[in-house]
Amino acid sequence: MSNKVAYVRTEMAPDMPPPVTQTGVVGWMRKNLFSDIPNTLMTLVALAFLVWTVPTLFNFLIGNAVFIAEDGTPCRAPGAGACWAYVADRFDFYIYGFYPDSEYWRPNVVFIVAALLITHLLWPDLPYKGLSAIAFFIGLPILAIILLNGGSFGLPQVTTEKWGGLMVTLIIASVGIVVSLPLGVVLALGRRSQMPFVKYVSIAFIELWRAVPLITVLFMASVMLPLFLPEGTSIDKILRALVGVALFQTAYMAEVVRGGLQALPKGQYEASHALGLNYFKSMYLIILPQALKHVIPGIVNSFIALFKDTSLVSIVGLFDLLGTVQATTSAVEWKAPHQATTGYLFAAAIFWVFCFGMSRYSMYMERRLDTGHKE
Amino acid sequence: MAKSQEQLQQRRSLSSLIYDPQFRSYAFQILLLVVLVGFGWWIVQNTIANLQAQNKTTGFDFLDSTAGFDIGFSLIPYSRASTYLDVFYVGILNTLLVAITGIVLATMLGFVIGIARLSSNWIIARLATIYIEVIRNLPLLLQLFFWYFAVLKSMPSVRDSLEIIGGSVYLNNRGLYLPDPNPNDAFMWVQIAVVLVLIGGFFLQRWSIRRVEETGQRFPYIPVFIGLLIVVPTLTWFVTGAALDVNYPELNRFNFQGGIQLPPEFVALLFGLVIYTAAFIAEIVRAGIVSVSSGQTEAAQSLGLKDRDRLNLVVIPQAMRVIVPPLTSQYLNLTKNSSLAVAIGYPDIVNVFMGTALNQSGKAVEVIFMTMAVYLTFSLLTSIIMNWYNARIALTER
Repeated sequence: MSNKVAYVRTEMAPDMPPPVTQTGVVGWMRKNLFSDIPNTLMTLVALAFLVWTVPTLFNFLIGNAVFIAEDGTPCRAPGAGACWAYVADRFDFYIYGFYPDSEYWRPNVVFIVAALLITHLLWPDLPYKGLSAIAFFIGLPILAIILLNGGSFGLPQVTTEKWGGLMVTLIIASVGIVVSLPLGVVLALGRRSQMPFVKYVSIAFIELWRAVPLITVLFMASVMLPLFLPEGTSIDKILRALVGVALFQTAYMAEVVRGGLQALPKGQYEASHALGLNYFKSMYLIILPQALKHVIPGIVNSFIALFKDTSLVSIVGLFDLLGTVQATTSAVEWKAPHQATTGYLFAAAIFWVFCFGMSRYSMYMERRLDTGHKE
Repeated sequence: MAKSQEQLQQRRSLSSLIYDPQFRSYAFQILLLVVLVGFGWWIVQNTIANLQAQNKTTGFDFLDSTAGFDIGFSLIPYSRASTYLDVFYVGILNTLLVAITGIVLATMLGFVIGIARLSSNWIIARLATIYIEVIRNLPLLLQLFFWYFAVLKSMPSVRDSLEIIGGSVYLNNRGLYLPDPNPNDAFMWVQIAVVLVLIGGFFLQRWSIRRVEETGQRFPYIPVFIGLLIVVPTLTWFVTGAALDVNYPELNRFNFQGGIQLPPEFVALLFGLVIYTAAFIAEIVRAGIVSVSSGQTEAAQSLGLKDRDRLNLVVIPQAMRVIVPPLTSQYLNLTKNSSLAVAIGYPDIVNVFMGTALNQSGKAVEVIFMTMAVYLTFSLLTSIIMNWYNARIALTER
């Protein structure tokens, strides 16, 4: 055999660039938007939908919207969009309700302290969380009562009828979480108890509140609570709603915590028994720290639901954020075709920012907690 | 000596009693029982004292007395002269009407959006994500206010009603007008035929499954079933001479005549509930489909199953196992959320019974007890059905 080969390539030829249709923008579009005929059709329909909605929305929200106005006249002009001037005019009412202007600093201080404490509690890996937890669950409620209600330390009293707006929404949601978390833990432990009576009482309590809609609970709290208390006791309207919300939320929280308890492997319980710990010590030192850590996303999710549900108190006559917005939709001087819509959009924006933020946090925690616990 | 031994024994048994878990558990339960009974007794005493102070009687006699108020929308005959018990029934039926319609529509919309979110089409997936993230994070009550006060109240007046589907469906600020099918007597036979085909389909399915298990031969029972469902009633229609006189809504001088009129409150409530719940159902559907591991799909492909068989026999049955339990709790949520009807004035049970009837009769305890019992029944029924279904589809490990 001869070695006569005309030409042998000794090094690799450089890779050809991939065809234009497979890379870059074109490739991405072919892959994700126009891969086959049904896909292309769907893309076209979606594009048509966007072309139809996005400019309309933009014009309504910004393009034709009225930002500065003394009264509703510019908003009544034909073709005018959202009437933001109206929201700006009523902004204080939406946030503080009928709270006197000169005392706005009081709710502000409470909000800021609460925000700082929550940030500390929710930020993973920060030290001294125990202190923050005590401050949040015990210190903050006392501070809130002293500052918001007043009547002591030289602060003029502001009765709860004057509370309103976002303030009430946040108060109800916070009280709901502060009360429901410890009670929910107790009920969840009760539901998994060995003692039959404790177990069935817990089950009955949880299932009763979970079965009925919140609005019936609120009605019940506002109609029946005065009947249940000794004759002559009067109970504040906000307090009635708070009792209803707390009972309702406790039942849901108990189910979330129970999920965490059930997710713990049985070995943890057995190990704590083997160490000779009694029930309370084993719960406090071994079981609950792990179980609660597991259900942080669940707790946040049920808090989101609670936050949205606080809007229901407007049905029993309280002025929460939605209640104040709804109350001003008939304000005569701002009468305009899109008056109500603008108000709702403002409330929607606030609710959405809170809820979306919380849901992102819960997803973040879920990812973080997922890492070490693959079984 | 013997005496002190005995004393020691006794003392030990006393002190060990405190540390005896059995004894402790009984003591604690008895304590709890005493506290609960005491608390209950206190509440009952207070209630009785309060009611006496207000000169109110208790009891369910008021259910037979005349209610004396009108209800805007009712499925059963109702007038001012009807009793509170009728109000109760009207409320339950209206709640069930909006809940069942809502459940059907929300399931359809939710599945479409959930699948769209997993679509390979980028725009469609993004649009579905935006829909879910926007709707899920807004309070339902706000959405209902929006649909009712901002959208339906600004609909055109009766004269310039929106015409949908070529003049058979109209929408204006007084509600939604649908054509009303008016069956004649012979139409009953068509209905019987449909029921018979449905029953037959059930047995056909069982037979075809048994045949696959015994012989491996598959019987295309879904196309056969759909074919039967179309052919048999149509034949009956022509043979018996059945007819449907559809009664279309028509615009008279002031309002529409004929057809079915749905009040705007119902339309707004249905819209709000369907759109809100669909966002949650979509997430459940997505999670269910994602939960079927890709190994299952690959295994099905390597067995040579066609795409449709892979979906029908491998992916969907496993996804349903994950989807159904949270789906039922969403159905229950929708039913409970329909109580928000009270905010926009749709006459559901909370609105007419817990609202108007309670205020008029003053029987707070009885009315609230009855309303809660209704929802408790719904909830128990749902969980019974769900437990049965879960047991049926649960993974049988061999």
